[in-house]
Amino acid sequence: MKTNNLILQTATKVIVFIILLFSVYMFFAGHYEPGGGFIGGLMASGAIVLLLIAYDIKTVRKILPFDFKKVIAIGLLFSAGTSAGALFFDKPLLTHWFTYIHPPLLGKMSLHTAVLFDTGVFLVVVGVTMTIIQTIGESE
Amino acid sequence: MSLLHLAIISPLILAIFIPFVHKAFPKIHTGWFLLPLPILLFVYFLSFLSEAVKGQATMETLSWIPSLGINFTARVDSLGLLFALLITGIGALVVLYSIYYLSKEKEKLNQFYVYLLLFMGAMLGVVLSDNLIVLYAFWELTSFSSFLLIGYWNHRERSRYGAQKSMLITVFGGLAMLGGILLLYLMTGTFSISESIESAEMIVTHELFTAALICFLLGAFTKSAQFPFHIWLPDAMEAPTPVSAYLHSATMVKAGIYLVARLTPIFAFSGLWIWLVAGIGIITLFWGSFSAVRHTDLKGILAYSTISQLGLIMSLLGVGAAALHYPSIDAGFYTAAVTAAVFHLLNHATFKGSLFMMVGIVDHETGTRDIRNLGGLMTIMPITFTIAVIGAFSMAGLPPFNGFLSKEMFFTGMLRAQEIGFFNMDTFGVIFPVLAWIASVFTFIYSMIIVFKTFTGKFQPEKLEVKPHEAPVGMLISPVILVSLVVLIGLFPNTVAPLIKGVMGSILPQLIQDGMEFDVHIYHWHGFDSPELWMTIGVVIIGVLLYKYLAKWTGIYTRMPERFSFNAAYDNGLAMIQKGSRTFTNAYMTNSIRTYLMYIFGFFIFILGTTMVVKNAFTLDTANVAEIRAFEVVLVAIIAIGSISTLFAKSRMTSIILLGSVGYSVSLFYAIFRAPDLALTQLVIETVSVALFLLAFYHLPKVNRNEEKRTFKIGNALISVGVGGLVTLIALSAHSSKAFDSISQYYVENTYKKAGGENMVNVILVDFRGFDTLFEITVLGIAALGIFSLIKLRLTRGKEQ
Repeated sequence: MKTNNLILQTATKVIVFIILLFSVYMFFAGHYEPGGGFIGGLMASGAIVLLLIAYDIKTVRKILPFDFKKVIAIGLLFSAGTSAGALFFDKPLLTHWFTYIHPPLLGKMSLHTAVLFDTGVFLVVVGVTMTIIQTIGESE
Repeated sequence: MSLLHLAIISPLILAIFIPFVHKAFPKIHTGWFLLPLPILLFVYFLSFLSEAVKGQATMETLSWIPSLGINFTARVDSLGLLFALLITGIGALVVLYSIYYLSKEKEKLNQFYVYLLLFMGAMLGVVLSDNLIVLYAFWELTSFSSFLLIGYWNHRERSRYGAQKSMLITVFGGLAMLGGILLLYLMTGTFSISESIESAEMIVTHELFTAALICFLLGAFTKSAQFPFHIWLPDAMEAPTPVSAYLHSATMVKAGIYLVARLTPIFAFSGLWIWLVAGIGIITLFWGSFSAVRHTDLKGILAYSTISQLGLIMSLLGVGAAALHYPSIDAGFYTAAVTAAVFHLLNHATFKGSLFMMVGIVDHETGTRDIRNLGGLMTIMPITFTIAVIGAFSMAGLPPFNGFLSKEMFFTGMLRAQEIGFFNMDTFGVIFPVLAWIASVFTFIYSMIIVFKTFTGKFQPEKLEVKPHEAPVGMLISPVILVSLVVLIGLFPNTVAPLIKGVMGSILPQLIQDGMEFDVHIYHWHGFDSPELWMTIGVVIIGVLLYKYLAKWTGIYTRMPERFSFNAAYDNGLAMIQKGSRTFTNAYMTNSIRTYLMYIFGFFIFILGTTMVVKNAFTLDTANVAEIRAFEVVLVAIIAIGSISTLFAKSRMTSIILLGSVGYSVSLFYAIFRAPDLALTQLVIETVSVALFLLAFYHLPKVNRNEEKRTFKIGNALISVGVGGLVTLIALSAHSSKAFDSISQYYVENTYKKAGGENMVNVILVDFRGFDTLFEITVLGIAALGIFSLIKLRLTRGKEQ
């Protein structure tokens, strides 16, 4: 049985990008406003889940040909690497470092190693959610 | 991070790049990329030599978890340096040898060299860490890399069996050692070895002392294959021969010896330590050499011979520890045993390493290691034969090789053991020289078997798979270097005396106050009146006689029934544990998730309820409660209606959607109470989990719930009401009790100051409590992999059926 999802599919094409952009915004805003790697990651996986519902697993696999297990691994490397990186500067594990810069036009910006750590969280959350959903979805 | 730390972990770093290098240069043997590293490290560690022999230790500290006293403190003293030189020196020779031993077409070289580098880094970490927790971490890494290397040819059943066996036994010992480390920490309050030594005399009367001692010795004995844990080493011989030469004779199995030597200054004040180390060592020496004679596989013989030689070093360390009971060096002449132990450690690495490589060559060039099929190879493989003669004669304790010198010193140490005037040594001490002598006779016999059964006698080409010929030059370089060392140390033993002195200073630091040093002078000739000389002559005469009439008496080995052996005990024990745990698991696993949830929630109620009652923690304080507003009542009503209707929903689809509505209403609550992060998270989680539910929908059992008989299950009802009630009560009590000051003020003050952020929730997640987050995402990752493998496993199994 093939259902007609035309409205959903058309809407999804636009909405997915909005959600993904918003998740990236959420991720970067995290240090000062509500948000962060965990929420950002969940929201990004929410966008992919929407794709899954509108289309099907094979199409999504074609659009995003990642092995999400590897995404988990890369995420863990990011977080563990940032944590261990402090050791190279004779600081205890998980010590973060930050500074502020003033590039032209953009105003004050902050650089923070916590972003790298949070990138790991983001990737792990996306990887985990998608691994679980894809595995269960494919086993039909 | 200092250069020293970098040197220790450099093999681990190189291991990351090996797979890429292997892919990028398939034409070149991957081993060539590895070879420079151990050579460089060897040279680097040599630069510490002049400092270390003077008794000065180089220390470099790297903060790891300073709040728990866990720091990566690298300490290079003579003892650590001797091992580091062995690890890198023999490591370089083994890598060179392996390039010719493992074919680049047939073998998975990328895996092999990654494992080998893992091991090299782990082993350097073990011998150069001053912090016990760091030492433990590296210690377990050596067990894991050994497991991977033994099981390298994982298509063979014996390899997998051997790998599992070594893993189970050494990890059991490792865990015991972790227990010992924690007990020692309770007594001394530090994880640092050098600081623990200072409180050694104080802790000997502590009630935890004996327990800690036994825990540490379990770790050392399992790793160094001491009786009765020796059974894993012969099965570990399934590993490729370069690995056996490296891990299972020269380095990893000596980690136990290292540990005993390192801890001698802490524990040797107890008689139990002396008795256990010396006693188990001498039993292992005897049993290993006795068992070696029965084997026909060359590597099997070498495995048992390694076991017995490790026992020899162990027993010497035990006897030498008695020296600490005398006030100064002059008063105790037991330090000779420690000298012998250190000297033999070095000698054993040289001759046993060359013998393993020799056996690898024989195996490689003839296709068999069974001495029943070998013979007459002397003229075909003259260089290999020379290597075998030098290595085996040194092992047998014949002059002029280095094994002769340390064997004589070993006899000296054992003869003096019976003169120790305390801990009943004067009564039972006579066992030591007697067992030592008998074991040496058997050592002589199996050394002769290795040489003469392989290289002399009748040549039997029909029993060999390939036509034998001499090995390529590259394969011969490493063993030739090792046997040259055997000869050189044998002729000029006093060149290594300064190093031995330094190492003795590390093992017995309490004995060298105010600039004194140990007197190490190694003699070839002890004089006609020395008992050691006559013991050696006796060994040779009786050994030659017994070797000549080998067939007449080896029947005794078949008289020992197989089912009483330690191997049988291990196999049966393992089978029984598996059977027992299966029966136990099947007793409560019903394959129904409802039952499991009942277990979980039942236990939840039990543990929390009892704690709350016992601690008398139920309180209710309405003083700080805000007014209840109308829309809050509405939200609660929606949640309640949603939850209750879930119970009575006619279809699963409705239940899922109703449950989702409950979740969304809860997120509204968060929004009302000004927790936007939580509200957002809850919203997205709810969305994703509803999608997950719908996906899993297809997989739920086919039973239609409408047709299921709706019996009221009183147990389930009680449990669900119990969980709900208890959580409510705990929440109320938590709000009402003011046992602790809230930590939130700390976060409010420091979020911007210390972490440069403004969103407190996120700063807590990534910075203040970043460790939690790190572990949480690790657990998440493991869970995802678990789900993946469970479902994929079921799918493939379904296909097979």
